Amino acid sequence: MLELNASTLVFFIFAVLSIGGALGVVMSRNLIHGALFLIVSLFGGAGLFVLLAAPFMAAVQVLVYIGAIAILIIFAVMLTRSMTNMREVFNRQWWVSAIAAVILLAVLIVGVALPVWGPNGTQGDMVLSETTATIQDLGVALVDGNQFVLPFELASLLLTAAMVGAIVIARDNE
Amino acid sequence: MTAAVNEWAFIGVFMSVAWILPTLPLVVSWLFRPRRANAIKLQTYECGVETVGDTWVQFKVQYYIYGLVFLVFDVELVFLFPWALAYNQLSFFAFGAGLLFIFLLADALIYAWRKNALEWA
Amino acid sequence: MPEVCDNIISTLAPCLVQSGTNPDVAQFISILLGVALIASFPLLLVIFLIWVERKIAARVQDRLGPNRVGPFGLFQNIADALKLIIKEDITPAGADRLIFNVAPVIAMLSVILIWAVVPFTPYNIGADLDIGVLYFVAISSIGTLAIMMAGWSSNNKYALLGAFRVVAQLVSYEVPMVLALLVPVMLASSMSMQDMAFAQLGMWFIVLTPVSAFIFYVSNLAETGRAPFDLIEAESELVAGYNIEYSGMKFGLFMANEFMHAFTANLLFAVIFLGAWAGPGATSVPILGFAYLMIKTAIVYVPSLILRATVPRVRIDQMMAFNWKFLVPLAIVNVIVIAFVLKLVQVLGIAPSPENASDFVANIPQMVALLLGNAVILAAAFGLIRGTVRKERLTEAARLAKRVQIEGEKEALPATVATH
Repeated sequence: MLELNASTLVFFIFAVLSIGGALGVVMSRNLIHGALFLIVSLFGGAGLFVLLAAPFMAAVQVLVYIGAIAILIIFAVMLTRSMTNMREVFNRQWWVSAIAAVILLAVLIVGVALPVWGPNGTQGDMVLSETTATIQDLGVALVDGNQFVLPFELASLLLTAAMVGAIVIARDNE
Repeated sequence: MTAAVNEWAFIGVFMSVAWILPTLPLVVSWLFRPRRANAIKLQTYECGVETVGDTWVQFKVQYYIYGLVFLVFDVELVFLFPWALAYNQLSFFAFGAGLLFIFLLADALIYAWRKNALEWA
Repeated sequence: MPEVCDNIISTLAPCLVQSGTNPDVAQFISILLGVALIASFPLLLVIFLIWVERKIAARVQDRLGPNRVGPFGLFQNIADALKLIIKEDITPAGADRLIFNVAPVIAMLSVILIWAVVPFTPYNIGADLDIGVLYFVAISSIGTLAIMMAGWSSNNKYALLGAFRVVAQLVSYEVPMVLALLVPVMLASSMSMQDMAFAQLGMWFIVLTPVSAFIFYVSNLAETGRAPFDLIEAESELVAGYNIEYSGMKFGLFMANEFMHAFTANLLFAVIFLGAWAGPGATSVPILGFAYLMIKTAIVYVPSLILRATVPRVRIDQMMAFNWKFLVPLAIVNVIVIAFVLKLVQVLGIAPSPENASDFVANIPQMVALLLGNAVILAAAFGLIRGTVRKERLTEAARLAKRVQIEGEKEALPATVATH
């Protein structure tokens, strides 16, 4: 099923980056280190998008997640003075989140494995689509009245609302 | 398809090889440079005065607000690129949908402006 | 086969296959060679760039500049690099060693990687990605991260403060830059850099959308930390900014990176707005295209050097206000107006058809319409500026008048005779 060629090799590199980075986020005691590990993980994700022939999503991943959200996280960490020096575990409920994480992982594994290797599964050979959608198709679909124009405008409205909310909260304590 | 794969293979090789070039002078320097460190030399530079307190001090909220406004714009701009790309094929309605999107973006900017969220002080 | 192997750069892979190499290996070798060529070119170029910059700054300030080492002082920077290599390198106590050492490499990487999508000639481009424009914007945002890493890991208040300011500046100016890029993408109907170059065969985009070009140029100045936006190294307040604790070759990398980044930004300007390699004979003699690209880049690069040696630095609040209250609104209005005019041109049927897009005359009606749109934007923008400036001047005048009045009342008292 898995043949060893260049693309499989690259997939494993990005998978290791992605999972290793995620582990680093959880394990590191230093919040900035955590943020940097998050970037490694997101970069792995971007690589996987490229392998899936979705380069636009990869660019979005780097531009929005690494270029903006990671920066925002670092700003947020520096905003909270007491957080930057936190070195010891201060949360007593870590085991609750551990259980939740294990359950989530199990659900995800079942959710991924069942459609492919389950009794009615496709055995991983199914071609998802004959044609590859281009970014141009995406652009048409986003503003097409019969397709995604409403979510598209709602996304803009949502982002505006998010900014309004954030400004109100941040400005409140002055 | 294969052409696109080739382009990305190039980027992949580029990313794995290009970091060697800036590392090279660092390695050469590591081989030749003197190592005579002492405690005073290694002190944090603060114009000769000993540094007081912790470096990682609390920053003001303005940085965060700029970061946030930027994030909102960044996400919206990313959505606009496919629209700009498919521009020639769009009907007048679809074209207007894109414009409405930009107007909402401008709206967010005007709100931030009116609330003085864009002031540095 | 001599007729296949004469142009070694573009036809290396088929040439190797003919001499009996495995096709995959041949492909890999040709990619590797291309990477080595493109990646090392900016690094060699930077030595020359620093010399140019120092010479021009010297001329502006009525000095000679470097003139001792080699002809015209050309080897001065090689000597400087050698000096930096044998300098002691200090990692300050309390620094986060790994991040501290990796930051300069990542900073430089973020600039070198941009060169992968630059179309040097009609046939030579590292990787003609279909998301070329987004690629270089995304890669630039990694540079922001490197600065943050450098500032944070130094364990120095100046460095951290400098890094935060720079990052706030860089992310802010990314907004108008990306907004300005939407217009060329609309005009070319493509995000690939090579397509963008071909789309400009008829007419350069700077003629069609001067406002976009202006916004892109100004925000590039800020993105690369050039004067008057060089708050990256505000010596007067932050000593040196984010790289204060760096010494030896690591500092050298940051410095070289600054020059390289400035040149790269102007290179992108030349590609997106000045037609990249376009010029007489570029399609038949590729090397000529490369020369045109470099000349065009130099034409936009040299003014930024003169600007750097001439104008003072702006304050951070002024810089932020300039971005968010002038450039971003201007960029938004620009996108709206240009999008509208372009659609109008299309509906009226005076846009050049795909067949004659590279014909100069066919582009003229569209150009006239777009220029009218641009003129409207500019008139509105400058009208607004005049209004704002006038209002500010009036309030200032009122404030002054009030003060004079108070001073006058003071002078009426016999004891206080001020002579200032």
